[in-house]
Amino acid sequence: MWNSLKTMWIVFLHMFRRRVTIQYPDEKPNIPPRWRGRIILSRDPDGEERCVACYLCAAACPVDCIALQATEDEHGRRYPEFFRINFSRCIFCGYCEEACPTDAIQLTPDFEMGEYNRKNLVYEKEDLLIDGTGKYPGYNFYRVAGATIGGKNKGEAENEAPPVDPHSLLP
Amino acid sequence: MATIHIDNRPYPAKDGENLLQECLSLGFNLPYFCWHPALGSVGACRQCAIKQFKNEEDKRGKIVMACMTAAKDGIRISIDDPEAKEFRTSVAEWLMVNHPHDCPVCDEGGECHLQDMTVMNGHVYRRYHGRKRTFHNQDLGPLVNHEMNRCIQCYRCTRFYRDYAGGRDLDALMLRNQVYFGRHQDGVLESEFSGNLVEVCPTGVFTDKTLKRHYTRKWDLQTAPSVCVHCGLGCNTIPGERYGVLRRIRNRFNGAVNGYFLCDRGRYGYEFVNSERRTRQPLLRKNRTEPLQLASKRDALQHLGEMLSGRARVIGIGSPRASLEANFALRTLVGRDRFYLGISERDSRLLASVLDILKKGPARTPSLHEVELADAVLVLGEDVANTAPRLGLALRQSVRRQPEKIAKKMDIPLWDDHAVRAAMQEEHGPLFIATMANTRLDDIATRTFRGPPAELARLGLAIAHALDPIAPQVPDLSDTTQALASAIAEKLMAAERPLVISGMGCGDNAVVEAAANVTWALCNMGRAAELCYVVPECNSLGAMLLGGGSLETALEAMNDAADILIILENDLYRRGDAAMVDRLLAAARHIVIIDHIEHATSAKADVVLPAATFAEADGTLVNNEGRAQRFFQVFVPKGEIEGDIKGDTPRDIPGDIQESWRWMRDIMVAGRGDERQWSSLDDVTAACAAAIPFLEPILRAAPPAAFRMDGQKIPRESHRYSGRTAMHANVNIHEPEQPHDPDTALAFSMEGYLGHPPPSLISRFWAPGWNSIQALNKFQDEVGGQLSGGDPGERLIQATPGKKAAYFENIPPGFEPRPGEWLLLPLHHIFGSEELSILAPGIAELSAQPYLALNPEDASNLGLTAGDEVQLRLRAQTDVTADGSAADGSANAATTPAEIFRLTLRFKPGLLHGTAGLPVGLTGMGNLAGVALPAWGELKKV
Repeated sequence: MWNSLKTMWIVFLHMFRRRVTIQYPDEKPNIPPRWRGRIILSRDPDGEERCVACYLCAAACPVDCIALQATEDEHGRRYPEFFRINFSRCIFCGYCEEACPTDAIQLTPDFEMGEYNRKNLVYEKEDLLIDGTGKYPGYNFYRVAGATIGGKNKGEAENEAPPVDPHSLLP
Repeated sequence: MATIHIDNRPYPAKDGENLLQECLSLGFNLPYFCWHPALGSVGACRQCAIKQFKNEEDKRGKIVMACMTAAKDGIRISIDDPEAKEFRTSVAEWLMVNHPHDCPVCDEGGECHLQDMTVMNGHVYRRYHGRKRTFHNQDLGPLVNHEMNRCIQCYRCTRFYRDYAGGRDLDALMLRNQVYFGRHQDGVLESEFSGNLVEVCPTGVFTDKTLKRHYTRKWDLQTAPSVCVHCGLGCNTIPGERYGVLRRIRNRFNGAVNGYFLCDRGRYGYEFVNSERRTRQPLLRKNRTEPLQLASKRDALQHLGEMLSGRARVIGIGSPRASLEANFALRTLVGRDRFYLGISERDSRLLASVLDILKKGPARTPSLHEVELADAVLVLGEDVANTAPRLGLALRQSVRRQPEKIAKKMDIPLWDDHAVRAAMQEEHGPLFIATMANTRLDDIATRTFRGPPAELARLGLAIAHALDPIAPQVPDLSDTTQALASAIAEKLMAAERPLVISGMGCGDNAVVEAAANVTWALCNMGRAAELCYVVPECNSLGAMLLGGGSLETALEAMNDAADILIILENDLYRRGDAAMVDRLLAAARHIVIIDHIEHATSAKADVVLPAATFAEADGTLVNNEGRAQRFFQVFVPKGEIEGDIKGDTPRDIPGDIQESWRWMRDIMVAGRGDERQWSSLDDVTAACAAAIPFLEPILRAAPPAAFRMDGQKIPRESHRYSGRTAMHANVNIHEPEQPHDPDTALAFSMEGYLGHPPPSLISRFWAPGWNSIQALNKFQDEVGGQLSGGDPGERLIQATPGKKAAYFENIPPGFEPRPGEWLLLPLHHIFGSEELSILAPGIAELSAQPYLALNPEDASNLGLTAGDEVQLRLRAQTDVTADGSAADGSANAATTPAEIFRLTLRFKPGLLHGTAGLPVGLTGMGNLAGVALPAWGELKKV
């Protein structure tokens, strides 16, 4: 008897507590920026694709839901010919983001991806690529790497000495 | 055997071997860069530092380089010593100072020895923040990509390219921290072994340029053990596939055959599998006048069934580039006496002669590894560098055998590469090259001899006579030739392991017989002589072992009114005279061809069935040594995929491409209704071995399909194969089942036995911490030796030592130049002469254009210079044989109207006066492609 009254009292007290439940979808939850939601591909500060198709995200993916194919433009800049994520398999573990050496692949706070048709959960590069740098502003892999691309020759990356002339006799 | 103490534990080791090799053989992970099992030690990279102690009491010890220290009994060393470890880590750190931040875009990434060693050393954080040294890259041609920034100056590339492979155009330039490895200027690497730089380079300076066009990481490739199909040597390879496209070829170590290296034709010829000229669907026409139309497999088989039903008489033409199983299936389909080999009468005689000599003679035929061990070599008539390139590389090693004695006398261990080379200077062991024109091996030859086949044969016979007086004497021999023959005989007699190399390259049986005479003379004089014949195609010997007549005999049989001609993986226009092939094809009421590429013969067929290439089929090939080797299917060819992600009905259409033997089985079922119980390759192999007892060892070439390791199949995909749930998702969201493989113990899957499989089933070389090709060390009992469990392949042909063989008595008359006529000799090209590799764009780019070659003097006598157009008129087709008679059967010697060809003139030094050279097999040769050379022709300036 006493126990029942005590329980009712506690329930009564809860009426005056702050509500935790929110009225989703009428009310949107506040998702922290490091939430592991829908995956995007970002661009570098110059507006070029950041992804260099190194296949590390695909290798890191525990459910093997990332498939891509590397290709190069005429100046040697490598990028994915296609980049596909099968979100019906994705477990949003974030390993791909961790593996990415160029900050290209990022997980975002968007989780609203429900579909009636499973097919529509297959995202191609056009669906994944955003226009900005995402969470990591400033980084541009090709400015650091030694590989040449259009507009950046040998010796023009950060911290690089001008190229050695192998025909020179000077010490 | 010595006992060495590593970190206070005793281990057995080979006395006098270097400690690095011994530590690796014992399974220790000791990092290294400059050392390579085939190249020896130079101690350049300072990476394999260990501590050596004087005795048990010595606790201080001194740091030594493991690769430069010999293993002696009782030696005490430490790998785990903290000081040695720190030393190694700092070496890795120095090497990484200038290394660019390239791994994500570097093709070596994921199979990079530098990555592995850096991780092994525990160098995880870059402390250097200064400026990095940079270099410009060079364009090294269509096969090898150059990215010099990544270099760590280990010198492996130049040591392989110059010292091992004899190349001259790649070297180290500049000095101190600016050493540059490249050519003096941009240009195609001259050596035909340049592709090995990709595997020799421990990092990404030299990478595979053909892979770059369709780049895939090592872990994403589906791979299987395979055998190269681009010449007769049967080098072992590992092709890799992704998304239905063959991506690259890597070397598969086989201690007895190719060892660590492949030639560029074998490494880069693979792209024919992806070629536009592939046949991927059955083609059919009910009427000769109509064009070929795409047909379904069912329709094609139904049509064939109708054709074959009743009393249709069928003739089958096999192929030396198809597997034993495919040829045998055709032989079973048409019957033994109606099966023909698909090679010209001349080639068939040459092959028969080669096979007969190897089977019946006292001389053993050496493996490629044994060629490297030979200490005196005579090459008779074969341009080895072009017809069997990897054999040329073995010969470059064989000339080191005698000079190595100088180093041995000076107590220099043979692994101490720089010291050995310094001791040897420019000494070369005896290598005599007698060929029709200059070869790329001439730079290491002791003496060379140039002449048309008849002269080569006479030289060989003269050597045999000089060795053994019982051997027939050659009349009317010039004094210089006689002197040369005596000199060669003397050197061969003085050698411990003399070797004679010849082959079908100059198209003359007398040369083949002369080589046998030389070897037999050596055997009769008590020498353990070896005899190596080069055969033109990957299964030439295998096809010959099955037996069957030539094209000419097939034509005779066709003339006896046969209805249907079934041609297996063969372009007859490359085999025989165009007019003869025309007659053969015209005589057939129906022509069925089963091949993987389109060509002149398939254009004339009524039914074309898409066959599987080496990468899409399993089978057995017999190489020039008589070694039966199994190649395994790498991937299941896809059909055309319809529908896309937004389409309503995405569906997979299974491909129609299947193994040739499966087509034969289907035809047998459709046509005759006689259900062969052939459900897997093993059934065909077993039937083949049962029908031809000599082929019985092929059953042991690889484990059968029922073979399991721990109850599991062996996976073709790595355990880190990626994208399984996404790669087909654009077509169908439901993941397809992995294809079954009823034919082999391998699975098209990443699941299965993860340990080391038997040597013939190794799909990739990988070990924990060893992602690069250097993981191979873990698959050998003794690093640099054979694979654990023995090298794959079963030798079919065993010599009978001590047997007295009767010498060939046929002596051809000497060559007489004819006024106004030229003896046209076949000139082979590593890039271009082979039918399949020429379809690879990289190889095609390096291939020569059709030409006619003369020596500069003859050309100037005719008033011609290089680049001029020449008119060539062939004499009526009669085969030139040793005895000078027409070799063709009388029925087929019908003279063809003399055709006139226009060719560009090129100089070829070394061609004898009165002879001219014609390239073999190049595209654009038209009707010249099937002409049997040597042949006489007239030249005229246009």
